[in-house]
Amino acid sequence: MEDTKSPGDDGLSAPHVLEYAYKRSLGPVLGRFFTSLRDGRIEGVRTRSGRVLVPPSEYDPENGEATTEDFVEVGPAGTVKSWAWVGAPRESHPLDHPFAFALIELDGADTALMHVVDSGDEAAMATGMRVIPRWADETVGRIQDIAAFIPEGRA
Amino acid sequence: MRDVAVIAYAQTPYVRTERVRNEVEMLMPIIDEVVKKAGIPRQEIGFTCSGSTDYLAGQSFSFVMAVDAVGAWPPIMESHVEMDGAWALYEAWIKIQCGEVDSALIFSFGRSSMGETAETMTLQTDPYTMAPLGPDAISMAALQARCGLDAGLFSERDMAEVAARNRRNALTNPEAQLAGEFDVEALLAAPYRVSPLRDHDCPPVTDGAAAMVIAAADVARDVSDKPVWIRGIDHRLDSHQLGSRDLTKSPSTRLAGERAGVSPGKIDIAELHAPFSHQEIILKNALGLDDDVRINPSGGALAANPIMSAGLARIGEASRQISGGAASRAVAHATSGPCLQQNLVCVLEG
Repeated sequence: MEDTKSPGDDGLSAPHVLEYAYKRSLGPVLGRFFTSLRDGRIEGVRTRSGRVLVPPSEYDPENGEATTEDFVEVGPAGTVKSWAWVGAPRESHPLDHPFAFALIELDGADTALMHVVDSGDEAAMATGMRVIPRWADETVGRIQDIAAFIPEGRA
Repeated sequence: MRDVAVIAYAQTPYVRTERVRNEVEMLMPIIDEVVKKAGIPRQEIGFTCSGSTDYLAGQSFSFVMAVDAVGAWPPIMESHVEMDGAWALYEAWIKIQCGEVDSALIFSFGRSSMGETAETMTLQTDPYTMAPLGPDAISMAALQARCGLDAGLFSERDMAEVAARNRRNALTNPEAQLAGEFDVEALLAAPYRVSPLRDHDCPPVTDGAAAMVIAAADVARDVSDKPVWIRGIDHRLDSHQLGSRDLTKSPSTRLAGERAGVSPGKIDIAELHAPFSHQEIILKNALGLDDDVRINPSGGALAANPIMSAGLARIGEASRQISGGAASRAVAHATSGPCLQQNLVCVLEG
């Protein structure tokens, strides 16, 4: 409360941290996705029309139909479909140095996964570039098990 | 279908930081104003519906306190949506269509200044595959802008021209927050914020509130000389996974526009809720608006972006243009979610 200002023309102000600490269950489709991720595999799910969704979902966003039980391993390499260069990362971002948010279509997938690319430099980014995952030291079954994607050939 | 009209609209001046007044104190003057303008005694308004979000207020059930601004005695029939006030309007319109009530008060409010708005918006994303990576509103919009630039749908110059036009339009709107003449060359010389977006492509952070009264035809004609008729209203949704969408298009806006009856018929003005410059171009294409349609005479969300009110404000601003005689038929649009995920389209006529 030491940051509290005395009342004046600006009124009172005090710091306040808001958290909604929910515990969530993943269900059969995302549960499988994250279990595979923990084991170093990226899996999508096939829709009834044959498309492969990554990340997978329980329904096809095109028509609301339930997806099949056919899980398909994709990647691990993929192609950058779009990217946004973050020159000044926020505290909430996964990297503390400049990086790109990117939409990455993994080989064998029909949709793109949103993740980050650690290329070191904006000049190293381009739509259509090839990337591969850099896995976290310890994988536990969450999206951050992929620490970042990096340009292919840079590993 | 019952004919329903907007009969009154009011909003606070939009400011970067409302330091002194809390949400109830921001709302009280405009609710008082809109009820007086409507000419229906407050206790005779059949339904009250508000739009706001706990994530801005920093406490759960924060909307309950806002009811103080309406007065809870005598008891009222009241509802709330955790959405922009445009969706509170939609609920009220449905309530009137069902024949349960003949009039409704809609209001919405938010003080974005209390947090880091772009990061608050991360909470709208998928909590398993997206939110843990902290995608902020500006970075997600930048991903969308890059898709459009790569596809040759628009250029960075087109985006700067959208920003400059909106903020020039805002010069005639005394309630706008960010208005002025901006030189496109100078805007393009500025560094990127999150490339390919520059500061001018992004909305300001805004505190503000808005209120509206609508009524069914018999009541509307009784109390208003210039009711503004809601000829159609519809809202649609795209997938929450950015990577499963074609971000250069807005199919949900197109569908909502078709269902709301944007065409056939000449449109004089369009108030489009496009927080980011390139989104106005995507929306204009999705709605099939001709080049002679005046877009955002109010300055739009690039001139003031009060979270939870910016959509209702588009409908309010369009209704003011019609009741003021500057337009006879208008399209108003509201959006929610990253990269224009959810969209509401409303067609208004004098």
